[in-house]
Amino acid sequence: MINPHPGLPEFDYFKPASLVEASQFLASHVNQARPMMGGTDIFVRMRDGVWTDKYLVDVKNLDGMNEILFDPSNGLKIGASVNMNRVIASSEVNRNYPVLAEAASKVASYQLRTRATIVGNICNASPAGDTTGICMLLGGVLNVHGVDGFRQVSLDNFFLGPGKTVLQAGDIVTSIQFPLPPPGLAGRYIKLGRNNSSDLAIVGISVVGFPEKSTQSGYRFKLALASVAPVPLVVGNLESILTQKSINDETLTEAAQAAMDACNPIDDVRASARYRKLMVRNLSLRALKEVWEAIKQ
Amino acid sequence: MAFHKINLKINGVLEQVDVASNMTLLGMIREKLALTGTKNGCSAGECGACTVLMNGEPVNSCMVLAVECEGADIVTIEGLAHDGQLDPVQRAIIDSGGVQCGFCTPGILISARALLDRTPQPSDLEISEALVGNLCRCTGYLRIVDSIREASRM
Repeated sequence: MINPHPGLPEFDYFKPASLVEASQFLASHVNQARPMMGGTDIFVRMRDGVWTDKYLVDVKNLDGMNEILFDPSNGLKIGASVNMNRVIASSEVNRNYPVLAEAASKVASYQLRTRATIVGNICNASPAGDTTGICMLLGGVLNVHGVDGFRQVSLDNFFLGPGKTVLQAGDIVTSIQFPLPPPGLAGRYIKLGRNNSSDLAIVGISVVGFPEKSTQSGYRFKLALASVAPVPLVVGNLESILTQKSINDETLTEAAQAAMDACNPIDDVRASARYRKLMVRNLSLRALKEVWEAIKQ
Repeated sequence: MAFHKINLKINGVLEQVDVASNMTLLGMIREKLALTGTKNGCSAGECGACTVLMNGEPVNSCMVLAVECEGADIVTIEGLAHDGQLDPVQRAIIDSGGVQCGFCTPGILISARALLDRTPQPSDLEISEALVGNLCRCTGYLRIVDSIREASRM
């Protein structure tokens, strides 16, 4: 019989006093210890018996990880412990990167977002992550603390597969930072779920666009897809179509078709692969048109 | 498995509790502190029956470890009324018929209180959005939304 209320399996909770101590502990307990932020994914996996770690290492609130900093000359830095509701409410985020707040607001429910974090969403490396695509399109770079100290990892080279990233044992992502947005940038995140509220995405479409004088079209668009490939998928082909040809209904439709052709979804409990592909085309077109209306000059 | 001695404030009262590493905030509230108004629905952060306020913000208490609550200020459904006076959202949900089986009600009331604390005059859309994480299988939500709207006018 299925237990409707599985408890958490036994583990030890460890709260290190510093990043150095945290990295050393994690590196010396390979496959036994896992860094933890809000725990919103970890606890579900542990209750289901998928993860069986002996230690959870609580890395919240270490060394400035709980801050949102905006610098008008360098951009935005969101600490790894900053919860999604703070990102959504941040005036700096809403003024400069409103599409990031839009994507975060589509994650689960208010009370889950009190615990959930952008960095946790990324490190979980779910292809369905709502904020991942926008973070990639905005040029997100992770600050990672490992046993050898700090280094930076671009999101372009971060995801290896479902739940798999380039992070090594001992690595802790302390923050994500974004360069200043290009002038005139607009974005949109469209999430299709089985219902209108807290479900995981059947497909998720992230789009940003901005004027760029050096391209033939005078604009640049970027589009990323959730839930339709083993990793969050940035459709490079679309970017070249919309930089080389003048932007109109026909080329936007061509770009949306390119998004559909680029994705490689599976059938699962939420939707069939075929339905996902069709929805990628239709919703990509909708998102592209909305962004185009917002940026065209 | 390690045990931890934690100090926290629950419904305004300071408590010291011994908790195992794997005990959730929900488990501590129900089993250690015998406050059974907070319900265990899904154990997965989806149904919202276990919602409590942690430092003024709503959380799914099934998704928080008890040991993480060192120094925290927790409010459960038992702490909403003050001096024998029901909170306006409690009064309104009774008057508007927003309770049927009652299992979701404690979580709904905590979410509603948190909403009114951050947005004293919410629109119906804001009320609905604040309840995305609270599933109710009885009422169809309409009377719950009515009661939160009513409470915002009290």
